[in-house]
Amino acid sequence: MVNVQPILKEKNHCILEISGNFLMAESRPTLAELSQSFPRDLKRLSFDAEKMSAWDSTLLTLLMGLQDYAKEQNIAFDISHMPEGVQRLLDLARAIPERPGTRREVQKASFNERTGKATLEIWKESIEMLSFVGETTQSFGRLLRGKARFRKSDLLIHMEACGPGSLGIITVISLLVGAILAFVGAVQLSMFGAEVFVANLVGLGMVMEMGALMTGIILAGRTGAAFAAQLGSMQVNEEIDALKTMGIPPVDNLVLPRMLALILLSPLLIIYANTLGMVGGALVGTLYLEIPLQVFFTRTFEYVTPWLMAQGMIKGCSFGLLVAFSGCLRGMQCGRSASEVGNAATRAVVTSLLLIVIADALWTFLFIMIG
Amino acid sequence: MSTSPEKKPPSVLSVKNLEMRYGSTLIQQNLNFEISKGDIFIIMGGSGCGKSTLLKHLIGLVKPAEGAVYYGGTDFWAADEQARGKLLQDIGILYQQGALWSSQTLAENVAVPLKEYTDLNEKEIRDLCAFKLQLVGLAGFDDYYPSEISGGMRKRAALARAIALDPKFLFFDEPSAGLDPVSAKLLDDLILELRDTLGATIAVVTHELASIYAIGSNSVFLDPVSKTMIAQGNPTTLLNESKDARVIEFLTRGNTHTEG
Repeated sequence: MVNVQPILKEKNHCILEISGNFLMAESRPTLAELSQSFPRDLKRLSFDAEKMSAWDSTLLTLLMGLQDYAKEQNIAFDISHMPEGVQRLLDLARAIPERPGTRREVQKASFNERTGKATLEIWKESIEMLSFVGETTQSFGRLLRGKARFRKSDLLIHMEACGPGSLGIITVISLLVGAILAFVGAVQLSMFGAEVFVANLVGLGMVMEMGALMTGIILAGRTGAAFAAQLGSMQVNEEIDALKTMGIPPVDNLVLPRMLALILLSPLLIIYANTLGMVGGALVGTLYLEIPLQVFFTRTFEYVTPWLMAQGMIKGCSFGLLVAFSGCLRGMQCGRSASEVGNAATRAVVTSLLLIVIADALWTFLFIMIG
Repeated sequence: MSTSPEKKPPSVLSVKNLEMRYGSTLIQQNLNFEISKGDIFIIMGGSGCGKSTLLKHLIGLVKPAEGAVYYGGTDFWAADEQARGKLLQDIGILYQQGALWSSQTLAENVAVPLKEYTDLNEKEIRDLCAFKLQLVGLAGFDDYYPSEISGGMRKRAALARAIALDPKFLFFDEPSAGLDPVSAKLLDDLILELRDTLGATIAVVTHELASIYAIGSNSVFLDPVSKTMIAQGNPTTLLNESKDARVIEFLTRGNTHTEG
């Protein structure tokens, strides 16, 4: 319980008598309430804390408010009858005054301002992306001339993480995608009594499109995000600065092994995904559509030519490259705080997916043009 | 500085027979000491002796392998969840790197414990946050993010968060690490001032000799080789009276020949 009683001493002198516990947990009078009770021509404000048994920081915030109010109204402010701790804390809080210009004006930007800033941001972003393309290209150049330095064990670690490490999820997704293709195709084809063409559909669908696309998406979510988070936290810990100051280009040392790992492994992962997709389709074909297994695979291999397979592989390799590129780019761009690492991972996945879909469209168009 | 035994204030935090391990690795054992009300208790020792680990045991981050930590009369680890939560409200901690939440402004950082544990309204919380930031010399920095200020300022902001609830216990992990001598001195003064005004009991992990002598009223010295404490008491008294070469070497920066 706390009670603050304004007592009018002389004409212009008010004493605030505080009794009880002035604590956070109690209900306390506010500055506005107290200033209401002051006489209009108040010249002096002092305190009587004889009956105050306990206090905490909330008393200080009130006193700070009163002190500011007193200064504003030209009222003499006397806290000499407060406990010593209170006086010293108040002095301490006032010891380092606010430097002018420190406080932030939080204001809402206008629509035009925000549009302009966003446009400039896109411009800056594009330049950063292009220069990263340049840096990695140079780095690959150094690699070809045998001058790029990175630890071979790093390459193996990344290969292990994104190769064998993703087999589980690729298995499940490819089997199911193959099966889904078979089901969806069967519904349409059965209208013409042409269920047997399901084999062609699954084969072509997996090899030309789905195998590469699904692998790309899995790598983006699993590996691309991991790359961004790894490089981002290295940025936060100044590990990347440490490399730079030792004269080791971070792109050679960190980005190159990651990109190589994905470029080398994505074709293998795509072959694996394609095979499992066809197995998934064949399971549906034999169990549900009752196409003999032999017929299913004969038809599949009749239609899936090496050129079509190559198309899928070319796409897939480019997706692997794009995932590694986006992951490393966002990781290297990462700011210096924990939340920035999260942002970097998110942006890595979004960029990868966007680039994958754009690349997919471009390749498909190109292959149709070639014939 | 040294307190005579008959006038010693009651102990508010005591460690009995504490043994610390990470997995099967023994860090320290047979730790016994008491911290009195208003003490600034220094935990010292060379690198890797388990100072920070001891701090983690005191603040309930790591469970002791053996022994107990008593707050007042309560055994921290024997208490139930609710009692432990209550104890934690009386504890403020300044982590080595500050550990401010980077996605929140300084004022929001300080406000977190206030919002969690008090019924104060928005304005009261805002005023309190501003006041705590003023106390640590960061007036006006309420709306800055931790990434926008310097390391020393981050440390002071973290101190503002640690004292948000006017804690009875304050723990500091290497408060002066990474600070320039002037800032380190100011922080020491601030620690003394907070002890005197808030009436807090303070434990500090440090190997900064200047700080140890300037603020320490009691201490414990951990040895990484024998894996136990080899000295305790007022640091200045230890310097003058300890017979242990390891303690003297530490307290004189290895200048054992010029010891006083």
